[in-house]
Amino acid sequence: MKSLRIIKDKVASGVMCSLTITSLLLVVFIGIGLYWKASPILSEHSLGDLLFSSSWRPFKGEFGFFPFLSATIWVTVVAVSWVLPIALLTAIFLTEYAKSFVRRYVFPALDILAALPSVIYGVWGTLVIVPWISRSVAPYFIDFSAGYTVLAASIVGGVMILPLLVSLFVEIFSTVSDDLREASCALGATKWQTTKLVVLKKTIPGILAALVLAISRALGETIAILMVCGNLPQVPHSLLDACYPIPALIANNYGEMLSLPLYESALMFAALILFVVVLLFNLFSRLVLNRMGKQLV
Amino acid sequence: MKFIEEKIIKLLMILSMIVVFGFVISIIYTILVRGSAAMSWEMISQLPSGGFYIGKEGGFLNAIVGSLYIVIASTVLGLLISIPVLFYLNIYLSQKSKLAYFARLAYDVLFGIPSIVYGAFAFAIMIFFGLRTSLLSGIIVITLLIIPVLIRSMDEVARDFPREILEASFSLGATRLETVKVLLRQIAPGIVTATLLAVGRAIGDAAAVLFTAGYTDTIPTSLSQPVATLPLAVFFQLSSPSTEVQDRAYAAALVLTIIVLVLSVSGRFITRRFSKNKVK
Repeated sequence: MKSLRIIKDKVASGVMCSLTITSLLLVVFIGIGLYWKASPILSEHSLGDLLFSSSWRPFKGEFGFFPFLSATIWVTVVAVSWVLPIALLTAIFLTEYAKSFVRRYVFPALDILAALPSVIYGVWGTLVIVPWISRSVAPYFIDFSAGYTVLAASIVGGVMILPLLVSLFVEIFSTVSDDLREASCALGATKWQTTKLVVLKKTIPGILAALVLAISRALGETIAILMVCGNLPQVPHSLLDACYPIPALIANNYGEMLSLPLYESALMFAALILFVVVLLFNLFSRLVLNRMGKQLV
Repeated sequence: MKFIEEKIIKLLMILSMIVVFGFVISIIYTILVRGSAAMSWEMISQLPSGGFYIGKEGGFLNAIVGSLYIVIASTVLGLLISIPVLFYLNIYLSQKSKLAYFARLAYDVLFGIPSIVYGAFAFAIMIFFGLRTSLLSGIIVITLLIIPVLIRSMDEVARDFPREILEASFSLGATRLETVKVLLRQIAPGIVTATLLAVGRAIGDAAAVLFTAGYTDTIPTSLSQPVATLPLAVFFQLSSPSTEVQDRAYAAALVLTIIVLVLSVSGRFITRRFSKNKVK
């Protein structure tokens, strides 16, 4: 009887261990799978050619990813730069200033933002942000814009990473011990001086890591961005140009790509770029956050 | 001087809070107003008929049912895989185990990988095995997508579980497998919240199913048929030039939003309500 229990335990252990290791290896499998599908185009064109050429003519066999790369970078940089101050101020307010009843209302609101599906943000973007840009913003700068622009994509993308950033910041700020805050206040510093010189200073690595994590999230946003970015394969030169980020490229062409083997391989290469960048960003920020000694979000 | 700075920064904080709330209200308000204008019983109770995409009769029942099929199947599969992993990480492996450390890191990374990459990967696999867009492929890719969500959020609860209780169970002569029951009872609310979170992510995901599940006007009767999903119904109908069809996208968006909001609210409720049995 006793041995049966032990055997059960051993068997369960084996099953669980293999499930764990298999699911772990998913990271490796994704990498290998994408590389395998992308290898035809890598053997035909050089890596530099693919990344820095801006002529995108799949049916002539020219695959320059530069327009898509630059669009992705534009959208991400603009999104993060407007959302970072807002997220920081909100998180500081929530951890350092707000009374508990304020938190009771803010956290559910952030939960809702985090829970809404990407396609809902896309609908909101096309109904609110795109007409707003077309009517109220663009006329001051250029003759006409339909509103489907880098600006629209980065506003929508920014709102999407806002809840992630705020909740990461809140967690990071709460790792600073209250003793430090009290010591600073006892020396006559105001709350903001304490925040600026003690809390923010101590958590800079964490803030950076959270930022990198949010950037990697913004890089991969697909459907919402696709619905508001304009989808023109060109290198954007201003906020009011249409653009075509990498995830949108993959999503838009999934049906056509079967007709041309090299085209399919090119799109898989695009997915591979995304995978590698996101993987590196995530690894970096997780290692930093783990070192800060807290399991986050 | 420092007091003026304090005032300014406080003002900025309140402004940014208003901006955050403004976004939430704007999104919910837009979806509610546009969605309820186009909403009707027909929309959620009928399949699209012949002229649906040029503005004639029909609804998007196919997408609602399709989403439910995918979400239910992949949540069950996901739980079947992630609960054993959770127990392995928390009971079988010691807290200093290297494998547990790397496993957690890997799930964190998997969690961060965009769903479009999962979609592309699954598409490559499908071609390799000669599968076509189908319910089965959709279920598999969504399962892969939610496993890291499930494991990470359950693990967060399980890690706070006091080791002494596990040791008490071992000292009574229980095997590790039998100790699982002790942990299971303690983290049950965590499992429910994690499940709701995963369901929310699964039902809202469009990029991964775009490649794998396809789209169809009928309700699939077997695993090998393509299946429609709500996010894709919104997406495809919105890209139609006819305003009547676009209105239906808003109605579908409303249904999706309501489902997600209910999930989010009940998640909060359950965490509060069912944590009373927890030993701290």
